[in-house]
Amino acid sequence: MKKTISKKLTRSVIPRLSMDNFHSVGKTVPRNDVFEKVTGIAKYIDDYKFGDMLYGATVRSAIPHGNIKSFNSDRALKIDGVAAVYTHKDIPGKNEVPFILNDYPLLASDRVLFHGQPIAIVVAKTPEIAKFAAKKVEVTYQELPAVTSVHESLKKDAVKIFSSDNIFRKYDIVRGDAEKAFKNADVVVEGTYTTNYQVHSYLEPQGMIADPTPEGGVVIYGSMQCPFYIHDAIVHILGIPQNKVRVVQTTTGGGFGGKEDVPSIVAGHAALAAYLSKKPVKIIYSREEDFQSMSKRHPGYIEMKYAADKKGKIIACQVRYILDAGAFSTLSPIVLWRGAVHLAGPYNIPNVKIEALAVATNKVPCGAFRGFGQPQTTFANESLMDELAVKLDMSPLELRRLNMMNVGSRTATGQKITRSCGLEKVVRQVVKKSDWDKIYLPPEKRDGTIRTGIGIAASFYGVGLGAGGKHLDRAGSYVQIQKDGTVLIAIGNTELGQGVFTVISQIAAETLGAPYKFVRVMKPDTTRVPDSGPTVASRSTLMSGNAVKNAAGIIRLRIDKMVLKMLGVKSGVVKSDGKNYFLSANPKKKINYQDVVKKCYGERINLTSSGWYTGEDVTFSQENGQGNAYYAYSYSATAAIVQVNTETGEVEVKKLVSGHDIGKAINPQLCEGQIEGGVIQGLGWALTENLVLKNGIILNPSFAGYLIPTSSDIPEIIPIIVEERYGDGPYGAKGLGEPPMITPAAAISNAIYNATGWRTNELPATPEVLLKGTRNRHGSREHGTDTEL
Amino acid sequence: MEKSISFILNGKKVLVSCNPLKTLLKTLREDLHHIEVKSGCEQGECGSCTVIIDGKIVNSCIFPVGQAAGKNIITIAGLCKKPTLKGGLHPLQKIFIEEGAVQCGFCTPGMILAAKVLLDRTLTPTDEEIREAISGNLCRCTGYSKIFNAVKKASVFLRNEKK
Repeated sequence: MKKTISKKLTRSVIPRLSMDNFHSVGKTVPRNDVFEKVTGIAKYIDDYKFGDMLYGATVRSAIPHGNIKSFNSDRALKIDGVAAVYTHKDIPGKNEVPFILNDYPLLASDRVLFHGQPIAIVVAKTPEIAKFAAKKVEVTYQELPAVTSVHESLKKDAVKIFSSDNIFRKYDIVRGDAEKAFKNADVVVEGTYTTNYQVHSYLEPQGMIADPTPEGGVVIYGSMQCPFYIHDAIVHILGIPQNKVRVVQTTTGGGFGGKEDVPSIVAGHAALAAYLSKKPVKIIYSREEDFQSMSKRHPGYIEMKYAADKKGKIIACQVRYILDAGAFSTLSPIVLWRGAVHLAGPYNIPNVKIEALAVATNKVPCGAFRGFGQPQTTFANESLMDELAVKLDMSPLELRRLNMMNVGSRTATGQKITRSCGLEKVVRQVVKKSDWDKIYLPPEKRDGTIRTGIGIAASFYGVGLGAGGKHLDRAGSYVQIQKDGTVLIAIGNTELGQGVFTVISQIAAETLGAPYKFVRVMKPDTTRVPDSGPTVASRSTLMSGNAVKNAAGIIRLRIDKMVLKMLGVKSGVVKSDGKNYFLSANPKKKINYQDVVKKCYGERINLTSSGWYTGEDVTFSQENGQGNAYYAYSYSATAAIVQVNTETGEVEVKKLVSGHDIGKAINPQLCEGQIEGGVIQGLGWALTENLVLKNGIILNPSFAGYLIPTSSDIPEIIPIIVEERYGDGPYGAKGLGEPPMITPAAAISNAIYNATGWRTNELPATPEVLLKGTRNRHGSREHGTDTEL
Repeated sequence: MEKSISFILNGKKVLVSCNPLKTLLKTLREDLHHIEVKSGCEQGECGSCTVIIDGKIVNSCIFPVGQAAGKNIITIAGLCKKPTLKGGLHPLQKIFIEEGAVQCGFCTPGMILAAKVLLDRTLTPTDEEIREAISGNLCRCTGYSKIFNAVKKASVFLRNEKK
């Protein structure tokens, strides 16, 4: 029912604006949070201080797997300034951080499953005292063998970390008859691909403040993507009603998925300590602690096969896909699902068989990271596409063009693409802007020590949560025009740096006919709008954008009525240039926006409204993995141009051309920013970011040991935006946040192959990996997914 | 172990009483309430805590405040006198806004200060010099592309202003 209502609102309430004549949408306006950011006055969580505040520090497991034999906090409690030490015994509600399976305890009770797992919280007068005291808490363990690879974990006799089989989740996607198609194929290629962890490396570490309220509740402030996840977690942990918990986001210094799920742990600890001590408690993670305990991109292990006919038409795809989830499941089931649904790539393939598993190991739990499983699967399918092209003696581009999705194609889940599919346009523009035709040569025709190569990778991306998370896929809003004409907006999606507050303001300004500069989006607060789901999956523009457009559209109807009255006419189409209203039949006679607002207030017209949006229904069968997995897809392709030193194995990326069909760019400059930032995260993951573990313990938990790209590593980046409007998106928009991260690594790897003939099936493609590949290039290499030394 | 330490902060003389081994970052944030200096790693690796000391960029998270005695320190708050939305911003700040060089904003104060030290030294930096000048300041959001463009554009702006 809700769906029908919201759709009707979209169609009938929104003023019929000419699609090409916007005053705010589609314009590069400055972000509305930028002044406080360039002057340094923006307040991140560590910039807040409350009176009589205590500081928390976490006691963590020193081993990857074992039973806790003893716990003694006497020495810590004797330290001057220490207020309390809290353990699992002090938790008034449930000792679970609620994600999907609720297997993650807030504080370990009898067993620890990874190095760095929280065991207790020390609160003290200063952060230094708390950290010092946390080291004085004595924990002894009975060590158990640590399972550090997924292959080991899947063995029948493996030590059990989760349930009876160490499998958090399994999905099967079956379309057509892949086995039969492989038997009848002219050409078959196969490969095994492994990818390493990736650390989000947001510049602002995790942090929260919990402030107890007199009525027995708690207010949480902090760095976060998903206030409603935290809201649910605090209620679960403290065992108090939902209306006693309030969660407010503070300016957040980057997220990329790393502040999606795990902030519930930080907030849970702060809330517990505040609730029990009856004082505000602040917890800010050190960078090392953040590296050790917070979520990561999952290492992936993918065995994949493509079958094709002689002409290059792909007829089947078969995959076994394993994610190394770590000790607790967090969001692994749904990360697994997204990767699996997109595993066959953006190609029209009639026969598909995919088996996907998220497997437990005694290592740091992995969770959400921009791309959400798709960078791993795209690295596999796009590398294998290039292998198939070699075997068919076609260019990688020709093969992709022959098979790529278009309107009328079907995905691996059998979903028919019915509209807004710009992949062909994206690829065409990427090819043009990368000078593909001039640069491409088969690898055997290249020589010299330093060789240039070009590679391409494409992907499609289901916008929003899809069938895997559809119960959460809704968004609310509250829009109010104040007496002076300024506009206040409440939404449930958070600003992480991506620019969503600006985009929302532009959508509101456009719909209301208000100047963009008049619009302000408030920091998300769970008391202002209903649970609007998480700020993830490139969904905010589409979901909150539509919710705001709906609310603003209701207000705009009232405004239009007043404009007609003020103009002394009975009917007419009211338009706006962002400052004034006028009739389309008589554009010269204008009425100022603020005058109309004043008049509305004078006549007691309500210029506020709430809004709500839910997308089209989506489906997924647990039996065969068939269904309409997402309501809309964004389409992407990246071309990489590299130079490889064939003696040292060093790779220099010279250019990245990244194109994205996003429906409509509400703010082109912000879109470029998303593309540029995303492709460089992809570059880092492809080449330099290498987390090293030994027996489940991270050996390089710092920016000195884990190398994210610096300004010296940056190639020329050409962002391309393609607009295949999506009718149900706000002004035609789909989503963009995640896609830029998905294709660059595969494109870079394909470019390395094109330069040298070296196929790397492993990321990061460090010089060591590449040179090892030159020594042993027959078939795919064996890798553990745990990147052990 | 407390000691009186004085230095010039954004043009004004300040006096603090603290352990000289305390980091300059903590002194600025906790004792002097200069929260515009951000704490990203406390290991001297990310550059979020960058300040300018006697014309050079310094990671204040690994700089003992005792060594700051008598020195001239500039934070992002010292770049412009009374900034408002309509004006008063330093050209670098203005151009960072125009070029869309800001996303989450956590690296921004340090990044702008690193760029300022470069442009104080030369208004005709090469591309390589720009990359080098900000290479100690990590940014995870922007891919540096728009930051690079902003610094380049600011150098041209300041050069023209000087003429």
